Amino acid sequence: MGKITLSIYRRDPAVEAEGKFVDYEVPTEDGMVVLDAVKYVETNIDPTLSLRWNCKAGKCGSCSAEINYKPSLMCKTRIDTLGDHIKVAPMGAFPLIKDLVTDVSANWEMLKKIPVFTPRQDAPKPWIIAQIDIERSKEFKKCIECFLCQDVCHVVREHSGTGYFGPRHIVKAASADMHPMDALDRSEFLDANAGLGFCNITKCCTEVCPEDIHITDNAIIPEKERAVNAFYDPIAMIARSRRRKKEAKNNGKQ
Amino acid sequence: MAEKYIDYETDILIIGAGGAGLRAAIAGFDSGVRVTVVTKSLLGKAHTVMAEGGIAASLGNLDSKDNWEVHFNDTFVEGVYISNWRMAELLAREAPDRVYELEQYGALFDRTPEGKISQRAFGAHTYRRLCHVGDRTGLELIKTLEDQVLHRDIKFFDEMYITKLLKKGDRVIGAVGIKLNSGEFYAFRAKAVIVATGGCGKIYKVTSNSWESTGDGLGLAFNAGAELMDMEMIQFHPTGMVYPPGVRGLLVTEGVRGDGGILLNSEGERFMLRYSPKKKELDARDIVARANYAEIMAGRGTPHGGVYLDISHKGADYIKTKLPSMYAQFKDFAGVDITKEKMEVAPTVHYQMGGIKVDPDTTRTNVEGLFAAGEVASGLHGGNRLGGNSLADILVFGRRSGLGAAEYTKKATLEDPSKSDIEGEIARVKSYLRDDGRNPYEVIEELSSNMSENVGIIRTETNLQKALIKILELKSAAPKVGVRGDLKYNKGLLACLEIPNMLTAAEAIVRGAITRKESRGAHARSDYPKKDPNFKKNIIYKKSGDEMKLELRPVPEMPENLKKLVDPEEY
Ligand SMILES: Cc1cc2nc3c(=O)[nH]c(=O)nc-3n(C[C@H](O)[C@H](O)[C@H](O)COP(=O)(O)OP(=O)(O)OC[C@H]3O[C@@H](n4cnc5c(N)ncnc54)[C@H](O)[C@@H]3O)c2cc1C
Ligand code: SF4
Ligand code: SF4
Ligand code: FES
Repeated sequence: MGKITLSIYRRDPAVEAEGKFVDYEVPTEDGMVVLDAVKYVETNIDPTLSLRWNCKAGKCGSCSAEINYKPSLMCKTRIDTLGDHIKVAPMGAFPLIKDLVTDVSANWEMLKKIPVFTPRQDAPKPWIIAQIDIERSKEFKKCIECFLCQDVCHVVREHSGTGYFGPRHIVKAASADMHPMDALDRSEFLDANAGLGFCNITKCCTEVCPEDIHITDNAIIPEKERAVNAFYDPIAMIARSRRRKKEAKNNGKQ
Repeated sequence: MAEKYIDYETDILIIGAGGAGLRAAIAGFDSGVRVTVVTKSLLGKAHTVMAEGGIAASLGNLDSKDNWEVHFNDTFVEGVYISNWRMAELLAREAPDRVYELEQYGALFDRTPEGKISQRAFGAHTYRRLCHVGDRTGLELIKTLEDQVLHRDIKFFDEMYITKLLKKGDRVIGAVGIKLNSGEFYAFRAKAVIVATGGCGKIYKVTSNSWESTGDGLGLAFNAGAELMDMEMIQFHPTGMVYPPGVRGLLVTEGVRGDGGILLNSEGERFMLRYSPKKKELDARDIVARANYAEIMAGRGTPHGGVYLDISHKGADYIKTKLPSMYAQFKDFAGVDITKEKMEVAPTVHYQMGGIKVDPDTTRTNVEGLFAAGEVASGLHGGNRLGGNSLADILVFGRRSGLGAAEYTKKATLEDPSKSDIEGEIARVKSYLRDDGRNPYEVIEELSSNMSENVGIIRTETNLQKALIKILELKSAAPKVGVRGDLKYNKGLLACLEIPNMLTAAEAIVRGAITRKESRGAHARSDYPKKDPNFKKNIIYKKSGDEMKLELRPVPEMPENLKKLVDPEEY
């Protein structure tokens, strides 16, 4: 059994103006992840350490942090990939609650504003949908709301005045837009009300996504293209033109 | 001493934002009453998110012979004849509607070649019945419901931990909670309270359950006078990971076996052919779990103390589309490529069949104003739960509890809780903040080791008595735990508050297991290896003073028209 030094960021903003990294020595075992090490500190050294986790299986998106400066899930990052000195800090893009825990509640407010999935009224039930038509939306539905992409995005981080909702929310909108039974188009909303234009396609968000969602290529760019009415995404284009035809037919009926 | 707290008023207070809580919230809100949801984790993170395999509903998309009657029979028979017939009937009849409704809310299920919702085979379901989204069904379910909740005027408080239910006379009228991110106390006044807090797997050392599953709702309701039922019935899932140590217990979905995975011992024998020649790997969970356990005990286990689960013969493409999370889980955590190598698995504590006793149609409890739904409620699964029946359960009975509570609030009034009740509770919470307290994690470690060692997959009188002594000892030690720091985001404090609830759950399980001198479903005793007709009963747990009282009650008699659907019980 080896040992590592874990430097954990500690601060209660209510009482401390500045935070500091505190070093803890942690014994390691096979296959250990960063969350195991941080929990070791919590259970054996200092129970007042604040951290957030839930599933410990990479499925819930609770344990987001910056590990050696890289936004990552603590429960999915193995110690043996990192050497024997590991730095763990809270996500910098969100207000700090305490230690490793941040306030991500602003995201719910944005999610409320994105128009909800709105089923087409013309399709007979139960719906018949081809597997191939669900694949695009399914990619976005893998999102576990870890907000790591929000954390890494320089627009969200440094230019909060822009009102840009951030990559997670474009993924959310895209998951509804590319749902084969959805009747809306959210791209104009994203452009006019969610600051989509401020994203300059640096792709940093895609790099940190633990669910390997191609945020920029498959969600952001198509939504941008749609917003300027240039149909970039072929699958979406087909779906959309099909929908348009249906809509036209329906309007005719009324 | 006067304590500070925030008053908050609503019609229905829902404790828990898993599938059951969220579905209840939608039903309550759509009935026109004010709804507030609280959860101890963040919105969208509840344990439900981990569900993998699917939702059981007899759509008959692949096997046209399937219908609610077959689903009803499967549920009741595998519950080993102590399920509540009415709950099993409602589940089987209503699950298809709930699945289609979820689809209308935006969930995207995998499809058949004809474009219908696809269904996979699962243990002891007669037909292919589980509607699924790869192996991420829980994520799709909870995100879909979350979206619906966010787009309704439903209030929610996340990271709000409820510590006590408030009563006036015999009626529940609200609850006290602490908001983790600020350390502020809240006094909720409500016409009705729904407990939807999920299970208690964390009282065991090796479990598939998430951090939250500490049986809080059991403790809250039990202390408010609610009856618990079937608590001795704890489901061991046959396949949890065994290696590396940090992920011991983590679930390997039954979908692996549903999609063709086979179990092998260290001699390469497909041993399920011996234990269950007909249903093999897809027999009910209790049977497969005990077979795995028996092979390990007989010395035919793997290097890390499991058995092998192999799906590599299905090929990489098939595995990566059907079981993407399992592929990633083994690659990321164990460095095992399941398209080429065998997995090592062993039984892991997975589900609590028992819980708060409820009325099937409305989910009300025996305490006025109090309702319960989801894993924390009991009656549906009896002695053993079928895979996929829980996600169906939380949708069907989550909705029913929202409707039941809404109906009740139309006649009920808001009451003022007594100030001294609230302040007394706040003082109790604060009393855990001290320098000389015993480390709560130590107590939890002792409890969970005790449960795993003595109240495992095969039980005996000696071990159960040993377990009970330990639990009673920990009960008297529990008030002495404590942590440093303050009220804000102090998980150590939370652990102190969870311990009494964990102990209530553990005590009930052990007392029930001692009382049930037979083997039935998930409850297996080596000293009473046979099923006994005298125990075709439910065990009820009630609070009487400071004691837990047990009572055996006959299983409610089912009407003749349903009896015809059920295979007769054999002894
Ligand atoms: C790994 C895994 C895979 C599974 N796969 C399947 C499957 O494929 N099919 C299937 O049918 N079932 C499956 N199950 C079972 C199923 O997921 C659960 O039984 C079900 O999700 C429970 O839902 P629930 O709404 O009752 O509770 P949960 O989802 O557990 O939610 C409980 C809620 O209560 C809150 N809470 C608890 N205590 C408090 C408190 N004191 N104060 C405030 N809030 C509180 C929590 O924060 C949470 O929001 C699986 C389970 C596991 C562990
Ligand atoms: S691609 Fe856009 S959303 Fe993603 S990190 Fe860069 S600026 Fe942010
Ligand atoms: S898109 Fe990826 S990184 Fe962003 S919140 Fe979702 S899972 Fe996390
Ligand atoms: S704890 Fe759930 S993703 Fe890490």
